[in-house]
Amino acid sequence: MRENGILRVVARFLIPLIMLFGLYIQFHGEYSPGGGFQAGIVFAAGWILFVLIYGLDAALQVIPERAMYVLMVAGVILYCAVGIAGVVLGGHFLDFYPLLPGKHAAQQFGIITVEFGVGVTVATVVMLIFTLFARRKSEWKAAKVEDDQP
Amino acid sequence: MAIAIVRAKDLFAAAMLFAIYSLLSAALFAVLDAGDVALTEAAVGAGISTILVLAVLALARRYESAIDGHNLLALAVVTVTGAALIYATLDMPEFGAPDNPAQVHVGPYYVEQSYPDMGVPNMVAAVLASYRSIDTLGEAFVILTAGLAVYALLSPKPRRRKRRRRHLRRQLREHRRHRRMHKGSSS
Repeated sequence: MRENGILRVVARFLIPLIMLFGLYIQFHGEYSPGGGFQAGIVFAAGWILFVLIYGLDAALQVIPERAMYVLMVAGVILYCAVGIAGVVLGGHFLDFYPLLPGKHAAQQFGIITVEFGVGVTVATVVMLIFTLFARRKSEWKAAKVEDDQP
Repeated sequence: MAIAIVRAKDLFAAAMLFAIYSLLSAALFAVLDAGDVALTEAAVGAGISTILVLAVLALARRYESAIDGHNLLALAVVTVTGAALIYATLDMPEFGAPDNPAQVHVGPYYVEQSYPDMGVPNMVAAVLASYRSIDTLGEAFVILTAGLAVYALLSPKPRRRKRRRRHLRRQLREHRRHRRMHKGSSS
């Protein structure tokens, strides 16, 4: 699949558009259908297309595995941090009103930050799961595990 | 379509049928004006889960192993549960009726107050991220847990386990033969 010229050209054209669409779903989520979950999935789908065309090693140079571990926890921590910031500033847990002076501005800031945290977590978890599955076969070969499947 | 998925012995065909099924449900949600749900179903159900299933199938066998006979207990459980669910739907309110619980409980508050409260036009985002943000936090933790579980299962380097299993099988065979001989001599 990697030597196929049509696939390479089309993928080179499509991957940036898929990732841009993911970011659009992420940050336009309060105005149109979308949000962190969908955006993370779409972004990770663009990355997986890159893996399928250019190979896992090239893709892991773009986003290293260590970055995935860090980012997948960082997304959840960002979510919790927004919640705790509400407590520190004198509200309830995950109460967005104390964050900023304006009522609407505070809510929008809270929603966008929280959705961004969800998006980062979902995207990196999907990438990590795909990486682990895709690498397993070559690890079997390296460890000389006998493949009992036809 | 669902019956075809269950009956397919070729797991690649089943995965593809499952993706088509998800895409059809996404179209159904889009027809019902549920844009967020349709987008999620199309991205998660038809896209990512198919890719992950295919990634797993690259490691596993292609064909389902044949099971001989029928599991009558499973058939009974499925029949009773299905009958109970169909019986329960008879009590459900009429689809789209104005006095449904969905229309009179917290729904009107969200519809009327989410824009004055939040200034966010997309009501689904407002409910998900602000009114019900602890639920969404839980969902984020579910995703993180899934990632950690796959990491814990697959990150150790594989060892030559088949050899070991064959060794165990030989031991078991010898053990049985030994026992049989023992029994034969005692009787």
